[in-house]
Amino acid sequence: MYKYDHFDQSIVDARVAEFRDQVNRRIAGEITEDQFKPLRLMNGLYLQLHAYMLRVAIPYGTLDSRQMRMLAHIARKYDRDYGHFTTRQNIQYNWIKLEECADLLEELATVEMHAIQTSGNCIRNISSDQYAGAAADEVADPRPWAELLRQWSTFHPEFSYLPRKFKIAVIASPEDRAAMRLHDIGLELVRQNGELGARVFVGGGMGRTPMIAPEINPFVKADDLLSYIEACLRVYNRYGRRDNIYKARIKILVHEIGADEYRRQVAEEFAHVKTLGIDPPLAELERISAFFAPPAFDAADVEPDRSDPDFAVWLDQNVKPHKQAGYAIVNISLKPIGGIPGDATSAQIDVMADLAEQYGFDELRVTHAQNIVLPHVAKRDLHAVWQALREAELADANLDLISDIIACPGLDYCSLANARSIPVAQKIATRFADMDRQRDLGELKLKISGCINACGHHHAGHIGILGVDRKGVENYQLTFGGSGAEDVSIGKIIGPGFDEDGVVDAVEKATEVYKTLREGDERFIDTYRRVGLEPFKEAIYG
Amino acid sequence: MVEFRYRTDEVTEQPSVTLDAFLDQSNATAVRLEPDDDARALIPFLDRLTLIEVAFPKYRDGRGYSSARILREAGYTGELRAQGDVLVDQIAFMRRCGFDSFAPEASLNPEAVARALSTYDQFYQKAADAAVPVWKLRHG
Repeated sequence: MYKYDHFDQSIVDARVAEFRDQVNRRIAGEITEDQFKPLRLMNGLYLQLHAYMLRVAIPYGTLDSRQMRMLAHIARKYDRDYGHFTTRQNIQYNWIKLEECADLLEELATVEMHAIQTSGNCIRNISSDQYAGAAADEVADPRPWAELLRQWSTFHPEFSYLPRKFKIAVIASPEDRAAMRLHDIGLELVRQNGELGARVFVGGGMGRTPMIAPEINPFVKADDLLSYIEACLRVYNRYGRRDNIYKARIKILVHEIGADEYRRQVAEEFAHVKTLGIDPPLAELERISAFFAPPAFDAADVEPDRSDPDFAVWLDQNVKPHKQAGYAIVNISLKPIGGIPGDATSAQIDVMADLAEQYGFDELRVTHAQNIVLPHVAKRDLHAVWQALREAELADANLDLISDIIACPGLDYCSLANARSIPVAQKIATRFADMDRQRDLGELKLKISGCINACGHHHAGHIGILGVDRKGVENYQLTFGGSGAEDVSIGKIIGPGFDEDGVVDAVEKATEVYKTLREGDERFIDTYRRVGLEPFKEAIYG
Repeated sequence: MVEFRYRTDEVTEQPSVTLDAFLDQSNATAVRLEPDDDARALIPFLDRLTLIEVAFPKYRDGRGYSSARILREAGYTGELRAQGDVLVDQIAFMRRCGFDSFAPEASLNPEAVARALSTYDQFYQKAADAAVPVWKLRHG
């Protein structure tokens, strides 16, 4: 795990002081809400339907037990005893008081955390693969590159007033667990003749115009990375549209001028930027990489005792192979049947922190699917970990199943939403509560957004649900065939929308069609891609 | 009106002309760039310019930051002025991008500006100012 030196700490501390000053000026009435808005937004503070919401950055989704406990402490002291883990690997607190905000940030800074650039039209938290450092298929740990980008993007003087927000993801495996190509910039680390570099994809995104990022450069060397990304951003900052907020993301620029023209402009800018000496020496990447050295793995390779059937189901569903023999990756589901996707209580957050400390080399990850991962658990400890999770109601064995739903906060919290997401997620999970039934359906990624901004990733759902407002009534559109993984695709709307109960029925009918038509070990999305929409449409609307 | 100036040379008296007007003629020594003007069009003429004014009609429009850096990167050493919807909390970023004078539409409190400019003493990136980035301090 990366540890701050005094440079990093001084920057975060300065930010707390600056924000305290800004809040004080607002409370004293020296600045208007209009003037305060860009300042608070640059620091992750949103005014929502009922209260201020604060989004705290969890860089590339990695944290240690001390930081995790701080998140619990904040939930307890400043919020209503829970937090909400987001699709960008961050955590949100929904009930924050403006007067307490600076104190909260000061406490966060003591554990090397902050809310810098978690909103606003700037470069947001860098996201990554939750299995980084543990996945057997990675060519390297992507997190040092993400940390390099975190530092470069923090208070970047040129790119803090971009046309729109800007999201970067870094992965290092052919299997994409971070929806990399649905980001403004997606980087995939690859090796070329033994040298590590990045494939660069630009112009992906969801929102009202979903797009899959095209490859802009097949290989950027480590010591050119920041110059190249700077060039990518400069072209965007100069030529991205600013006339229409809905057309301001980089995907629209890349789409309108074409990937080839964008690539040409970036190459030209890069040729210039490279002469400026903005790239740190490779020694800096090496310094950062040293923090991510593998832990001292020493457990014998023993298979856990599977005699408890509940434990065996959890092992099969939530535990994934580790690159080191004797170890496993544990996924902790934050999707209990009938619960709110991504929410965890302070007590649960503490339990996860304790487990990381006791059994997991002190490391935790947040996933874009709003779950938590203990990346390095010795197989001999799996049963103990499962028992502790079960005590804390965190042992749902539904990873990647239909009840492992991504959902945005929706109209229950969000001032942008048109419809509620949470109750739909709860109803679907409850309808499919039977674990045997869920497991029979297999991998089925269901994602719900409460408005067209698509925070709930519905475009990337095998089944996606989009809540819209139809003449004052909540209406839910269904999409099929999306994927945020390496087989990335954008879902298609299947037909007229439904009311809340209707959409739950439609989802159930779709699963029945799948069960009838599936061949071999096809997943829902494989069957859909093979047979097309018609049989589903017939069953749902016929 | 220029409210903050971080240079010691004389203020240019000549009014600035638009980029089009400048490119059409001229022996003007002061030019004004709108957000959608291409700063690179000025590169052949930098040594005869003493003032480049960059307009910020709305604080949210950040194109002027890139214009400033492009001009400094091309070796421009004259006055680089940010004019328009310039807010106190943007001045530090603008300084880093090479602006050295400010003509905010709404007057700014000098104390608040001084505070904004002294809040941070470490910077992660190399930019158009003299600040030494953290990575260089780490590795020499």
